[in-house]
Amino acid sequence: MHEMSIVQSLLDIIQEEMRKHNAKLLRSVRLDIGQLSAIVPESLSFCFEVMTSGTELEGAELIMEIIPLRGACRDCGREFEIKEYAFECPHCSSPHIDTIAGQELSIVEMEVD
Amino acid sequence: MKVSVVKNILEANDRIAQENRAIFDEKDLLVFNLMSSPGAGKTSLLEKTIDALKEDLKIGVIEGDIQSSQDAERIAEKGIPVVQINTGGACHLDGNMIRDTFKEFDFDALDLLVVENVGNLVCPAEFKVGEDFKAMILSVTEGEDKPAKYPLMFHESKVLLINKIDLLPYVDCSVEKIKEETLKINPGMTIFEISCKTGEGLDAWYNWVREEVKTRRSARKQ
Repeated sequence: MHEMSIVQSLLDIIQEEMRKHNAKLLRSVRLDIGQLSAIVPESLSFCFEVMTSGTELEGAELIMEIIPLRGACRDCGREFEIKEYAFECPHCSSPHIDTIAGQELSIVEMEVD
Repeated sequence: MKVSVVKNILEANDRIAQENRAIFDEKDLLVFNLMSSPGAGKTSLLEKTIDALKEDLKIGVIEGDIQSSQDAERIAEKGIPVVQINTGGACHLDGNMIRDTFKEFDFDALDLLVVENVGNLVCPAEFKVGEDFKAMILSVTEGEDKPAKYPLMFHESKVLLINKIDLLPYVDCSVEKIKEETLKINPGMTIFEISCKTGEGLDAWYNWVREEVKTRRSARKQ
């Protein structure tokens, strides 16, 4: 249950961005959540609702996209989806994999008025 | 109006962790973040490690728990500096909590600082505190399915200690299976099989820690 602290950090960023853009109303916020991040989207939604209720952000929609795990092989250079958390290249069996997607925990877009 | 933002949600924590790290680097201090589920043996491992290494290394400990100072009291009995953090409900330590303990330590007088995180296999893996690396313990009583169920922590850690191997005759758990599953998620993981109860396997771990401190120090001198 670290979703509370994550939502707190999220709200800090949202409020800062809204001040920057002189926005009064938050319609929606879009997040990228990597498959490997230890986040439960339902808990995040729940915390977001609780922590925004009664504030100027109440009613905003939280949109989450789950980003699948992808790796790049340092030996053969190919990119692929990492299935079942197996960090091994499906082409050349190398264990030297760079994770190129799937560890995100980012805010990507907000719709404001 | 659509506003494109693209910001890591945990960037505030990451920034503090980086600042912590800069201080540790300046003080030539090796720091590791010790994580596991509750009762896997984090504090027992620390007690053993301190006993074995305190002649060679000056060690400090930050103890993280939701409540109570029992762990800090156990460590304090070893006569080394220890600070207890009570998170008051939070399931993990973050960069800010670690920074708040700095005034309690004399980092010039330390070689190694261990951060014992709150017992939890999920959340601590997501929050950097400024450590050189993450270390984790899995005890054989927890079962061989844990790497598959909690991949993030196994992916983020540099070293895994499989504890309570003295209990293997009494539990349905295969160490080989744990190792196989772990290496699938993290092919570079260093793995030790240990028992804090009997002391089995601990010498290899102590030597590894000694080497890590040495390697870190010579890397910084270059």
